[in-house]
Amino acid sequence: MGVKMTPGTKHESGIITTKLDEVLRWGRKNSLWPLPFGTACCAIEFMGVVSSPFDLSRFGAEIVRFSPRQSDLMLVAGTINYKIGPVMRRIYDQMCEPKYVISMGACACSGGFYDNYAAIQGIDQIVPVDVFIPGCPPRPDAVLNAIVKLQEKIAKEPQRGLRHIGREHGES
Amino acid sequence: MANLDDILNVIKDRHADADVSVEDSFGDAVMVVAKSQLLDVLTSLKQEGFDLLLDIAGVDNMKREAPERFELVYMLYSVGQDLRLRVKVYVPEDDLNVPSATGLWQAANWGEREAFDMFGFNFEGHPNLERILCHREFVGHALRKDYPTLKGQWATSTSDLRPDLERE
Repeated sequence: MGVKMTPGTKHESGIITTKLDEVLRWGRKNSLWPLPFGTACCAIEFMGVVSSPFDLSRFGAEIVRFSPRQSDLMLVAGTINYKIGPVMRRIYDQMCEPKYVISMGACACSGGFYDNYAAIQGIDQIVPVDVFIPGCPPRPDAVLNAIVKLQEKIAKEPQRGLRHIGREHGES
Repeated sequence: MANLDDILNVIKDRHADADVSVEDSFGDAVMVVAKSQLLDVLTSLKQEGFDLLLDIAGVDNMKREAPERFELVYMLYSVGQDLRLRVKVYVPEDDLNVPSATGLWQAANWGEREAFDMFGFNFEGHPNLERILCHREFVGHALRKDYPTLKGQWATSTSDLRPDLERE
C-alpha cells in the first residue's frame, strides 16, 4: 500500500521510492475531511465519534468542514426526506473530486422506520454511496469501521485525476 | 380570577343566535361552533382573556361517523387565568373555505399553513397560504385518509425561506 517502510531497512538517506498515484491515494485516504450532513440523531452520534473517547483523528478524518468546497467525504447522518433531497444533491455537486459518500444509519440507508410519504427510502437514489452503515443509530465503532473500509476502498481504487497531470506533462 | 363557566356563559349570551354548544372531553371544555360564527366567537374569546393560540389541528372524519368530513380544532389558553379551551368547527368537504384567525393571533399563521398543507383547508385572509411541511411540488394533501400513505413524491427544486434575501 503506497508508502511502506520495510522492516530492517535503513533509511539513512531519507529517500522512499514509490509511485505517484500510490502516494496520492495514501494521502487521500489518511486525510479525509468529512462534511457532516446531519439531519437527525445520527449526527449526535457522529459528535461522539469525533470526540476524544472514540477519536476519529486516529484515522485522519477529524477535520470536520461545513463547506462542501473544503471537504471530500459527505457523511449523511439522519433521515433524508423528499423536501431536503435537492439540497443534499446540490451540496454533493458542489464538492470537488475526488469525493466520497458514507450513508450513516438506517434512515439514510433505507428510510429506516419512516416508510411514508415524506422520507426517501435510501439516499442511494440521489447520490452514489461508497459505504453504508447499518444501525439506529450506529455505534461509534461502526462509524470508525466505515472510515477504515472507505480507506481500503480508496487505496484500491483506479487512478483518479492523474490523467490530467499526465496530459499536462505530455505523457500518455 | 374568572371561572371558565362564567366565560362560556358570557360567550353564549353574546352569541345567543349562534350555534354554540359546549361539551367536555378528556378534562377540557370543547366548544363546537358553526363555521359562519367562527371568527366572531374567536374574537369574543380573545377579548375574554384567551390570549394564546397553542395549536390548530385538522381532522379527517372520512372513516368514522361525524357531522361533516373535516373538522378544525383551535386550542386556546388563557395565560392570565390559566384556562384551556378547545374550539371545534366542522368543515364540509365541498366547502373548505374557513376564515383565517391570523388577525387575532400571529401563531395562527403557521398553524393554518400546516392545516392547509395536510388537509387542504382554504383560509380566507391568510397573508401567505403556502405549504409549510411538504415541498411545493407536492400534489394532494398528505394527512387526508384517501391519500396513499406510502406514496412519496420527488422534489426537483428547493424553496427559499426568505425570497427577498435569496434574490440578491
